[in-house]
Amino acid sequence: MKKLIALCSLVLAAPLMAQDNPAIPSEGSASSAIQGDVEPGGLQVTVTDENEWQDLGIAITAFATDRDVPTQANAGSTAALGRSLAQVVSDDLRNNGLFKPSGPLGLPQPSFAQVQAPEYPVWSLRSAEMLVQGYVRANPDGNLTVGCYLYDVALKQQLEKAGWVVSPADWRRAAHKCSDMVYSRLSGESPFFDSKIAYIAETGPKNRRVKRLAIMDSDGANHRYLTSGQATALTPRYSPDYKSILYLSYLNGNPRIYVYDLAGNSQRLITQSSNPTFAPRWSPDGKWILYSMAIAGNTDIYRVSAKGGPSQRLTNSPGIDVGGSFSPDGSQIVFESDRSGSQQVYLMNADGTNQRRISFFGGRAATPEWSPRGDQIAFTHITGNFRIAVMNPSGGGLRHLTDSWQDEAPTWAPNGRIIQFFRTERNSGKATIWQVDLAGRNERRLPTPVDASDPAWGPIQP
Amino acid sequence: MSVRFSTGSRLMLLAAGSLALAACASKAPKELPPEPGVATTTDTAQGTLGPAPGSQADFQAFTQGGDTIYFDTDMYNIDSVDAAALQKQAQWLLKYPARRATVEGHCDERGTRDYNLALGERRANAAKNYLAGLGVDAARLTTVSYGKERPVALGSNEEAWAQNRRAVTITID
Repeated sequence: MKKLIALCSLVLAAPLMAQDNPAIPSEGSASSAIQGDVEPGGLQVTVTDENEWQDLGIAITAFATDRDVPTQANAGSTAALGRSLAQVVSDDLRNNGLFKPSGPLGLPQPSFAQVQAPEYPVWSLRSAEMLVQGYVRANPDGNLTVGCYLYDVALKQQLEKAGWVVSPADWRRAAHKCSDMVYSRLSGESPFFDSKIAYIAETGPKNRRVKRLAIMDSDGANHRYLTSGQATALTPRYSPDYKSILYLSYLNGNPRIYVYDLAGNSQRLITQSSNPTFAPRWSPDGKWILYSMAIAGNTDIYRVSAKGGPSQRLTNSPGIDVGGSFSPDGSQIVFESDRSGSQQVYLMNADGTNQRRISFFGGRAATPEWSPRGDQIAFTHITGNFRIAVMNPSGGGLRHLTDSWQDEAPTWAPNGRIIQFFRTERNSGKATIWQVDLAGRNERRLPTPVDASDPAWGPIQP
Repeated sequence: MSVRFSTGSRLMLLAAGSLALAACASKAPKELPPEPGVATTTDTAQGTLGPAPGSQADFQAFTQGGDTIYFDTDMYNIDSVDAAALQKQAQWLLKYPARRATVEGHCDERGTRDYNLALGERRANAAKNYLAGLGVDAARLTTVSYGKERPVALGSNEEAWAQNRRAVTITID
């Protein structure tokens, strides 16, 4: 993945609002054996509904340019690009329920000189507390230089600035980097906008669904189909370096896992075994692949090097052991097993030792996914309805984030603060991708060209 | 019901006819075909024209719906109704030992995707193992799980779900 060249990134002061948030009290079943939000290692979940930074009014002005010249970007000339860049930033923040963004439409457009010397009185009068300005320049080699500046209007002070050199095809990444800069600086959270999503695009009747592998930016732009739909594709996962995608295909009639190489447009099997394999997962460092394989009807979890070679069997119970998600440090794996009689969530070391159950709150618990921050495990909680829920890694602190008929398969945004899942509509079976934040707020549908399922969020791009 | 030929197929028939004539032009057949006369009915004493013996159509006709067995939620055991159906399947399979078959395992939509793939595998294998127990050579049988991807009943209710929790045996022609 092309690296954006950061020109400079300056942190001038501590995050705007220091957050000392009270831990969320446990909800869920009465079992008091697993409780508490403080992990043995001292990890504390800090999520609150009361974020003061959420109400910040932010004015985002069209990015200025020193010369309005044509570019190879699909957004057009540098002047048009300037408006589009600001729009992407504004949409990023607005769509995720972050702050109170306004503009670029309806706001005065600064000149190139004013970008780094804003007219603060203008913005005070407009009751904007924060101001985002930027510029875009066309370089002689065809690339674009984009600068992004964040100002505190009341303090009349520049809070943060950054710049990037991007190819014209990647202009949206510069906007996402700007959104990330603004978001991180004001909330203290890690970035997530400059990332991509792999998912399954669905069309056709319920009993003959056509399922295609597809990718898109985190905001749904730059959408691309990767398979034709002739063979059913399921459950994709971006590699941490964005160079390949693991997914399941019925290409030869049987479910097998392939690594799809994006640059070479080719794919290979991860194992030569003729047994059915499914539920592929990457380790956070991209070195290992977890997968589930069924032998004589019994499914267990295996691990294989991403380079290929022999597989190591991790589970060996007569129950269905399936899925699996590494902790961010790669030392543990959370997975799903019905060895107790129903689907529940288990932990084990990355080598398969010390397997133990952590879900004890009634109903069934499936599809566990470890947050990139390590502090939460998202999963599907089945008690009649299928609900997206989170718990801490010891199985306590259960919180439900959604409440529809069938929401399943949560995966995490790179910053561990937003969860993506798919929702199935009753009867029609129509599937759509949704997001919700860790406080259960801002539940929104991610627009896709057709129906969609199995979303998987890749990490932040460098 | 009248049969209408499109222009295209009329041309095809003409072409086919002329080809046939061309092939036969060189010599007369040793025996002349019978004169076309009054149409005679097919002799039905041997039974109606049915599917070719040993074919998938024949398998389906023989098992009369018993090519599919059903399961309770999250279960993969063979109950007595399933056993009876599998007996019929085995009967046919033992009669045509050269035939291979695939057992498909399916689930209803009220389960998560990966678990359902695994559960479908359980169901397919349960049927396969039962058939093997009845004497069918296991080497003739393959399994494939479709999880919840291929429902036959489209509703979101108990009746539809019960129809989708199934294992289907399909012979390979």
